[in-house]
Amino acid sequence: MAKKVAFLQGNEAAAQGALYAGCTFFAGYPITPSTEVAEVMSAELPKIGGKFIQMEDEIGAMAALIGASLTGVKALTSTSGPGLSLKQENIGYACIAEVPCVIYNVMRGGPSTGMPTGPSQSDVMCAKWGTHGDHPAILLVPASVQETYEETVRAFNLAEKYRTPVMVMPDEIVAHMRERIVFPEKGELEVVDRTAPSVPPEQYKPYDTSFGDVPPLAAFGSGYKFHVTGLNKMQDGFPTTKAEIVQAEEERQVRKVEANKADIMKWEEYLVDDADIVVVAYGSTSRSARFAVNEARKNGIKAGLFRLQTFWPFPEDRLLQISKKVKAFITPEMNLGMCHGVVKGCIEGNAPVLGIFRVDGEPINPGQIVDKMKEVK
Amino acid sequence: MSGRYEIRFSGAGGQGLILAGVIMAEAASIFDGKQAVQSQSYGPEARGGASKSEVVISDGPIDYPKATVVDALLALTQESCDKYSHDLKEGGVLLIDSDLVKRQPAGNFQVVSFPIINTAKNEVGREIVANIVALGAMVALTGAVSKESAEKAVLSRVPEAFLELNKKAFNMGYEKALAAKK
Repeated sequence: MAKKVAFLQGNEAAAQGALYAGCTFFAGYPITPSTEVAEVMSAELPKIGGKFIQMEDEIGAMAALIGASLTGVKALTSTSGPGLSLKQENIGYACIAEVPCVIYNVMRGGPSTGMPTGPSQSDVMCAKWGTHGDHPAILLVPASVQETYEETVRAFNLAEKYRTPVMVMPDEIVAHMRERIVFPEKGELEVVDRTAPSVPPEQYKPYDTSFGDVPPLAAFGSGYKFHVTGLNKMQDGFPTTKAEIVQAEEERQVRKVEANKADIMKWEEYLVDDADIVVVAYGSTSRSARFAVNEARKNGIKAGLFRLQTFWPFPEDRLLQISKKVKAFITPEMNLGMCHGVVKGCIEGNAPVLGIFRVDGEPINPGQIVDKMKEVK
Repeated sequence: MSGRYEIRFSGAGGQGLILAGVIMAEAASIFDGKQAVQSQSYGPEARGGASKSEVVISDGPIDYPKATVVDALLALTQESCDKYSHDLKEGGVLLIDSDLVKRQPAGNFQVVSFPIINTAKNEVGREIVANIVALGAMVALTGAVSKESAEKAVLSRVPEAFLELNKKAFNMGYEKALAAKK
């Protein structure tokens, strides 16, 4: 049988991807340019016995997500910059309490209410440092409608596997553009469910590291009782300020992601092997970059594209390797140099990094990238 | 840039231009078996302001989703014509509403002009279908998608009660554009 196809928006694809992954709970507060996710979830979740809640604000939505996830369901929220800022307090809570959830954030002009309908890529740092304290960060940055679907599925998998919030951030262009999508059939994409406890309720501890860095998570309402707090905690979930426990627990929470980078990170290399100039790009800007690389190759410039599919964790080691044999990197992005700074930080000065930064609500076009390539000596 | 055909629908927010672009792209991508990307740019206003919807159609994969050199441009308002005609290619199709766009951009374009909104209002019967009249006209002028596919795409996007109205609007636009082209 032919596969089901449709002509969908990135946001609609994200909602469909969430449903494929088994999401049965959505809480959010509508905001341009992410509202279509809430629209689809509000229509679809009731049909499958799920719950859709429009909360009083973004902070409340994030709190609802944590509560829902602790009952054992897969939970999603969607928002955009101003909402992401508001959610940060509870994102930190989800990090320290180790509650799986997915935050889908469409990047629009900022800071503050900025430019509601204009595209941007300026929330990538907020995904890592928006909430205070040391904590793990996973950020996926899709570049097409199909990829938005598939990466939303993967976001749920990573959240469940590592018991941590995962963010998916398309820019407004990817979120609002429409492309043909081929729906994967059931079983075609991996769907990961969280590990349930193997011990009886009376022996259960929610942060029992004897099971590894990612302790099994029981569902509230299933007979297991445990304490959840935003304070640094012991294995039984109750607060502690004991130095060696706090140190070990903080390190473990960050290690969950750092030690498993290879499993989480994803990128695509296009004509990088023999490239003199490598463009490091993500989201819709990576599509301009691919166009530019093809144009440059026609004109004898050996250009390649390193397309980030995960922004956090960042593929530092691979870029360091590449930096040893290229003349320059180019980082086009719709912000004032966020990826630019990270690339510079990991290549040990091996090559210059030329930035193209736009925050005027217009996309970076291929011509701008080709022009920048011509500056490389 | 070869292999890409780029169409821009522009006008004021609320005129249904995003939908016109979606239907054009859907006709290409779902019914004609080509590749297509539709994107849009609009202001914060729910109504008014300049708004555009772009469709890129190609036989191969489409990297850059926005227009680079526009092959065909629709302008339903003077503001959108002034704002969005700068990258229309030499010899490209410029479809304008003759009642609303009085100043044409300088350049060598294939200009086709007829009262699009007035046609919707007085000949089809509802101003709201002006976008479908314009879509029919664009299909006739560009040949970027087949007429059959475009019609199927229109009918798959509109509520059942309005099928006939939209069919009429689409065909009226198609015929008027061909007549105006002569």
